[in-house]
Amino acid sequence: MGKLTVTQLKQKANDIRRDIITMLEAAGSGHSAGPLGLADIFAALYFDVMNIRPEEPEWADRDVFFLSNGHCVPVQYATMAEAGYFDKEELKTLRKFGSRLQGHPEREKLPGLENTSGPLGSGLSQASGYAYSLQYLDENPHRFVYVIMGDGELDEGNIWEAAMFAGKNKLSQLIAFVDRNNIQIDGTTEDVMPLEDLKGKWESFGWHVLEIDGHNIESIIDATSQARAITNRPTVIIAHTIPGKGVDFMEYNYKWHGIPPNAEQAKEALEDLRTLGGKITHEGAGV
Amino acid sequence: MTYPLNPLVYSKEVEVEPIRAGFGRGLKIAGEHNENVVALCADLTESTQMHLFKEAFPKRFIEIGIAEQNLVTVASGLARAGKIPFTSSYAAFSPGRNWEQIRTTATLNNQPVKVVGSHAGVSVGPDGATHQMLEDIAIMRVLPNMVVIAPGDSLEAEKATLALAENGKPSYLRLAREKTPIFSTKESPFEIGKAYVLKEGEDVTLLGTGTMTYHLLNAAKLLEEKGVNAEVVHVPTIKPLDEKTILASARKTGRVVTAEEAQAAGGFGSAVTEFLSTVLPMPVKRIGIEDRFGESGAPNELMEYFGLTGEKLVPQIEAFIEEMPRYHQA
Repeated sequence: MGKLTVTQLKQKANDIRRDIITMLEAAGSGHSAGPLGLADIFAALYFDVMNIRPEEPEWADRDVFFLSNGHCVPVQYATMAEAGYFDKEELKTLRKFGSRLQGHPEREKLPGLENTSGPLGSGLSQASGYAYSLQYLDENPHRFVYVIMGDGELDEGNIWEAAMFAGKNKLSQLIAFVDRNNIQIDGTTEDVMPLEDLKGKWESFGWHVLEIDGHNIESIIDATSQARAITNRPTVIIAHTIPGKGVDFMEYNYKWHGIPPNAEQAKEALEDLRTLGGKITHEGAGV
Repeated sequence: MTYPLNPLVYSKEVEVEPIRAGFGRGLKIAGEHNENVVALCADLTESTQMHLFKEAFPKRFIEIGIAEQNLVTVASGLARAGKIPFTSSYAAFSPGRNWEQIRTTATLNNQPVKVVGSHAGVSVGPDGATHQMLEDIAIMRVLPNMVVIAPGDSLEAEKATLALAENGKPSYLRLAREKTPIFSTKESPFEIGKAYVLKEGEDVTLLGTGTMTYHLLNAAKLLEEKGVNAEVVHVPTIKPLDEKTILASARKTGRVVTAEEAQAAGGFGSAVTEFLSTVLPMPVKRIGIEDRFGESGAPNELMEYFGLTGEKLVPQIEAFIEEMPRYHQA
């Protein structure tokens, strides 16, 4: 697919957000805040950064994407549908019996998913295994491995085992994102289990660390370009995001971590997204 | 076909070798056959016998350090990249510590991650209960997609390792630490999902897995002297179970005893019981560790204490035959 302009990418992110609201409302359960917060990163990855072929999910030369915090999968489904992996109609089947869009991602159900996740803390290891294979076993420097982790899941020991492993092996084709939205189920990350000094932690594990505004499309694209240029270390991009981004009554509210909007709330949310920044985006883009 | 038994099986001169040594040899050969075979270890490379592979294929050996969760999840990523990853540690740690990671990233994700758990059973000896893994069969066989194999000796472990490199499925290979008598031969068959009748008999079926098959053979020999003709069936694959062979033997003898160097609950004996209860309900005697942990001691001493050697098995089998009427088909 041809590259989109930054304005078009922003519009894509907005479309993805609208899809998220619509599919979650239809599902009647699921996570709202995290997926909305990740929409800009997903738009940038799937429509600009990653070398992928949605019509050929197993394309041998593709970049691979691992979602570690599987509960955020609505944003991945919405993005994949926007990118053409499957028809957008299918988004309405999220979490329903017989759907390929399971509540948490299952690789075997849906072509284009690289892993199965949900239980937190294992995605970075899976991505590291893949990156190790590219760098040392296949000796193919042209492919990259992207992984998104939540910040809450950094409580898991498994993450730091992987951080040590990737650091030791200088997995330079591994590019990780931490979705730094500061919330987890029981409250803010710094109340539940403090993560700071987060930058210092990753650096001490041998990683190149970048910190960006996770809603700034240019910053996201720039950071991944920088990460690909680093050849002696893995890179982690700490992306500061607003949970519930784009929907006024969800923003910054950790109570929206694990619940979907009802019909009325969905209407209000879609209204927010439709009139974002006071300008009307193209109508009829949502499901 | 008659299963070729080691001619020395009933002799004190029977060759012995740790089952894990067969794994080490098999892995190296698997590496020669297929360049996608890679090996990952959690700081126990020589102990789990991965050093043979490491020396032969240093580039395809990955040291993970003491991090069993990372061990299997990195393997899952390698499998996604087209590799056939064998992971090894002590069974108490892998799958003991990382079961959820195995469940999600190997079995639900359906990737051919090979979990090799060494030092299973009480025969680990002096290290004591923490290191004597007894629950691994139970926790691994309940996982959908998972293949579970407990080879009976080192020759079979070598064959099983080669077979697992080719089966394309998440799999668990259970190994023992101590030198174990070799009852099979180089020519003995091994196929995933197959059980083998080692000795034919009519009075009782003795089903053994892993290290226990050798002890059942000895028990059968001793029982023969007492006029009891036992059939001994070796069941190296606990999942998928060779239902056909087990059913045929159970039908013939009408009495079934299972033996494993693991918890008597939830493991191999339970698998057999679950199967027979639906097709041919009959009393089944499950021999194993009875709802307790192991403890320190010499391997042989512990095997005797827990009633798992040939001599100690005999009275248990005799009592079962005495108490339980032979099952008669309606």
